[in-house]
Amino acid sequence: MGFKILRKQELIPGQTSLLVIDAPQIAKKAKPGNFVILRNDEKGERVPLTIADKDPKEGTITIVFLVVGKSTAQLNTLQEGDEILDVCGPLGKATHIDKQGTVVCVGGGTGIAAMHHIAKGHWEAGNHVVAIIGARTEDLLLFRCELDGFCPEVLIATDDGSVGHKGFVTEVLKDRLESDRNVTEVVAVGPVPMMEAVAKTTKPFGVKTTVSLNSIMVDGIGMCGACRCSVGGETKFACVDGPEFDGQEVDFSELKARLWQFKEQEDESMGKFKKECSCHGK
Amino acid sequence: MASKPRKPSDIGPRIPMPEQPAAERVKNFSEVALGFSRDDAIAEAERCLQCKKPLCQKGCPVEIDIKEFILKVAEGDMPAAYEVIKETNSLPAVCGRVCPQESQCEGMCVLGKKNEPVAIGRLERYVADTFMASDACEEITGTHACALERDDLKVACIGGGPASLTVAGYLAAKGIKVTVFEALHEPGGVLIYGIPEFRLPKGIVARELDGLKGLGVDIVTNWVGGKTITIQDLQNEGYDAIFIGVGAGLPRFLNIPGDNLVGVFSANEYLTRVNLGRAYDFPNHDTPTFRADNVVVIGGGNVAMDAARTALRMGSKNVSIVYRRTQDEMPARLEELHHAIEEGVEIKALCGPLSFNAGDEGKLASMTVQKMCLGEPDESGRRSPVCIEGETEELPCDMAIIAVGTRPNPILLEATPDLELNRWGYIEADPETGETSMKNVFAGGDIVTGAATVISAMGAGRKAAQEIARRLL
Ligand SMILES: Cc1cc2nc3c(=O)[nH]c(=O)nc-3n(C[C@H](O)[C@H](O)[C@H](O)COP(=O)(O)OP(=O)(O)OC[C@H]3O[C@@H](n4cnc5c(N)ncnc54)[C@H](O)[C@@H]3O)c2cc1C
Ligand SMILES: Cc1cc2nc3c(=O)[nH]c(=O)nc-3n(C[C@H](O)[C@H](O)[C@H](O)COP(=O)(O)OP(=O)(O)OC[C@H]3O[C@@H](n4cnc5c(N)ncnc54)[C@H](O)[C@@H]3O)c2cc1C
Ligand code: SF4
Ligand code: SF4
Ligand code: FES
Repeated sequence: MGFKILRKQELIPGQTSLLVIDAPQIAKKAKPGNFVILRNDEKGERVPLTIADKDPKEGTITIVFLVVGKSTAQLNTLQEGDEILDVCGPLGKATHIDKQGTVVCVGGGTGIAAMHHIAKGHWEAGNHVVAIIGARTEDLLLFRCELDGFCPEVLIATDDGSVGHKGFVTEVLKDRLESDRNVTEVVAVGPVPMMEAVAKTTKPFGVKTTVSLNSIMVDGIGMCGACRCSVGGETKFACVDGPEFDGQEVDFSELKARLWQFKEQEDESMGKFKKECSCHGK
Repeated sequence: MASKPRKPSDIGPRIPMPEQPAAERVKNFSEVALGFSRDDAIAEAERCLQCKKPLCQKGCPVEIDIKEFILKVAEGDMPAAYEVIKETNSLPAVCGRVCPQESQCEGMCVLGKKNEPVAIGRLERYVADTFMASDACEEITGTHACALERDDLKVACIGGGPASLTVAGYLAAKGIKVTVFEALHEPGGVLIYGIPEFRLPKGIVARELDGLKGLGVDIVTNWVGGKTITIQDLQNEGYDAIFIGVGAGLPRFLNIPGDNLVGVFSANEYLTRVNLGRAYDFPNHDTPTFRADNVVVIGGGNVAMDAARTALRMGSKNVSIVYRRTQDEMPARLEELHHAIEEGVEIKALCGPLSFNAGDEGKLASMTVQKMCLGEPDESGRRSPVCIEGETEELPCDMAIIAVGTRPNPILLEATPDLELNRWGYIEADPETGETSMKNVFAGGDIVTGAATVISAMGAGRKAAQEIARRLL
C-alpha cells in the first residue's frame, strides 16, 4: 500500500517534475519548511524532498524535484496513478513565522518550489513578501504564477537575461536591501552556492538570514547524524534541528564537502539505472 | 536425567556451538553461529543440574522459568519448552541470540561457579527456531490466528522496537487491539536497523513480527510520533492507553577536531545504511556506503563490535577498535568480542581519540589517539583511564565509525511538553508500572533508561503491558 500520485506535471521535461501525492495525514500536519522522506520501492534509498505545498482538505501534498541521480530519475518515471512505496513526514522543524514586516524570499532553481511554501506562510501571517527567483533562463523559472498569486512583488533574475535582471539573484537582493531598509528577514532556498552567496550579500546589512540546508540524510528522524552540519561552531542535525538555520552561522564549505561523499557510488548507481532503463524500457 | 542430584564436577564441558569458520564468514553476511542440532540441544540441556534454587531465573530480566524449559528440552518436548519460554518472553529467537547471557542468566547459573554455565541462550534459541518453524499460534491455540476478543479496547505503541513489540504481543494475546506506529519504513527498531544480519537474521525478526500480526496487532510504518501523529491526537482518537518505546536514538559524536569530515560516520549511520538500506547489496539496493581499506571504530560495546565486523564484511582490509580502557572493561557481549578478534579485528585498548585529520582531498586520512593507562578505581569501582602525557599515535584510516553511545531523540519529546523528563533528558516513568507523568501514557526501553539491552526493554514493556491490561480489563 503506497502513496498514490494524483497529478504529475513535468515542469521542465526530463529535468524537473511536480507531483501531487495522496497523503492525508501528512497534509493535515505539514507546515512551511517541513519535508518528507520517500522511498520509490523495496530497494530504494530514503530521499528527502521539501513539501512545496499542501491541501489538507484534499489530503494532498505537493513535491517538486530535480532529477540529479538514480532515485530522482526513477521517481520521474512514475506517472499519475502510480504509487510511491513510502512517504514519511512531515519532518524537520517548521519555519519560524511571525508577523514582522517585509520578508524577502529568495529561490533558485528547484529551490523556488520549496521556497514557495515558506513565502506563502509569511504572507498568511500578514508579512509583505518579496519573492526573488532566479534560473538560467526564463523557461526554467518555476512557480512564477503561484508566487504572483500572493506576492505583491516577484523579482526575477536570469543568467541569459531572457526575463528580468540579467545576472544573479544576489544582485537583485543587494539592490533591494540598499533601497529598502524595512526588510526584516531574508529567506533563501536553492543550491548551496546560491545560499552561501545570499548570506554573504546580507551580511553587511545585518538582516536576519535563514537558509534551508539540503544535507544528505538517511533516516530523517535524528538517529544517524548523516545530516550533521556545523552551525555557529556547533554540530547540528539538519533533520531535527533544521533544516533551516541562520545563514551567517553555517559552515557552507563543510556542507559542500559532505554532499559529495558518495559521488562515486551515486555515479555507479545512475550508470546501472540508465543501462537497465534503456534495455528494458521503450 | 534430573532425578538424581549431581555435582557440578560430574558434568562435562559445554556443547560447542557450530559456527561458520572465521575466514569464510568475513566474506558473507550469513549468520555466524549456526545453532544446535537436536542432539546438541538435548545433550546441553542434560548438563543442567535442575537446581532446587535455580539462580539462573533471577538473572533473567523477564524471569523465564529456565529450569523448566530446559527440562522439557532434555525430555525432547520442544513445544512444551516453547510454551514455558513464551509465557514471559515474546521474542525468544531474538533474545537467545543477543542477550548478554554472561551477565544475566548464565552469569547466575549455579553450574558456572565451578564449571561452565549451561548454555541457556543457545537452548532458548534452539527451541524458538525449531518451534517457530511450525506455526506457533496454531500449536498453542489450535487456530491459525488467535481470535480478537475486545475490539472496543485499543492501545497505541509509538516506536516499533522490542519494548513496543512486547507490549503489543502481551496485550494482543489478551484480546486488546494494538496498533504500533513506527517512524521508519520497517518495524523492529535496533533489531532491524542496528544489529547486523550475521548476528540476528532479518528473517528471524520478520517471523516474530508475523507472529504478532497473527495475533491481530496492526503495525504501521512511516508514522512519526510527534510529527505525523501526536499523543494528543491518539488520545482524541480514543486510544485507551499509549505506550512510548521510541528508543534512544540520537548518536553522540566525539567533539574533537574533524568530527564532521567526510569519512567519519556514526555507527548508527553506518549500520543503518548497511542493514536497513542493504548497502551490502549496492547497487542492487540504492543506499550506498563507500569502500574503505582502513577503518577505525571508536567504542567498546556491542555497537562497536557490530560496526567493526560489518566493515570487514564490506571488504575493509584493516579494522581496529579504539577503546579508552582495556579489553576487560569492554561492555560488549563476550561472544561478540571473541568473534571480532577471531575475524581479525585489532583491539587498540587504552587509546583516547584526540582528532580526526584530513588528507589532501579534505577527506579523513588519519586519526590521532592519546595513549592512556588505568588509574585508581573511581566511585563506581571502575578504574578510569588517565592520559600518558606526550604519548600519542597516528592511525591511518579512510573511515572512522563512532560508537560511543546515544542521547534521547527529541522529536516526540519536543512535541509532548507534558511529558516529564529526568535530568539526562530521558522520560521519567514509574519503575513498577512504566506510567509517565501523563495519565495512561506509558514508556519503556531505551527512551527511559538510555541505551541498554533488548531484554531490559522487553522487561519494561512487559511491566507496562501488565499494568495496562490490569486497568483496561
Ligand atoms: C531537507 C531536504 C529537502 C530537499 N528538498 C528538495 C526538493 O524539494 N527538491 C529537490 O529536487 N531536491 C531536494 N533535496 C535534495 C534531494 O534530496 C536530492 O537531490 C536527492 O536525494 C538526490 O537523490 P538521487 O539518488 O537522485 O541522486 P544522488 O545520486 O543521490 O545524487 C546525485 C548528486 O546530487 C548531489 N546530492 C546528493 N544528495 C543531495 C542532497 N541531499 N541535496 C543536494 N544535492 C545532493 C550529490 O552531490 C550527487 O552528486 C532536498 C534535500 C534535503 C536534505
Ligand atoms: C548496533 C547495536 C547492537 C546492539 N546489540 C545488542 C545486543 O547484542 N544485545 C542486547 O541486548 N542489546 C543490544 N543493543 C541494544 C538494544 O538493541 C536496545 O537496547 C533495544 O533495542 C532497545 O529497545 P527499544 O524498544 O527501547 O528501542 P529501539 O530498538 O531503539 O526501537 C525504537 C523504535 O522506535 C522508532 N522511533 C523512534 N522515534 C520514533 C517516533 N518519534 N515515532 C515513531 N517511531 C519512532 C525507531 O525507528 C525504532 O524502530 C544493541 C544496540 C545497537 C544500536
Ligand atoms: S531472555 Fe535473555 S536473560 Fe532471559 S533466559 Fe533468555 S537469554 Fe537469558
Ligand atoms: S542455575 Fe544453571 S544448573 Fe541450575 S537450574 Fe538454572 S540453568 Fe540449570
Ligand atoms: S538524517 Fe539521520 S540524523 Fe538527520
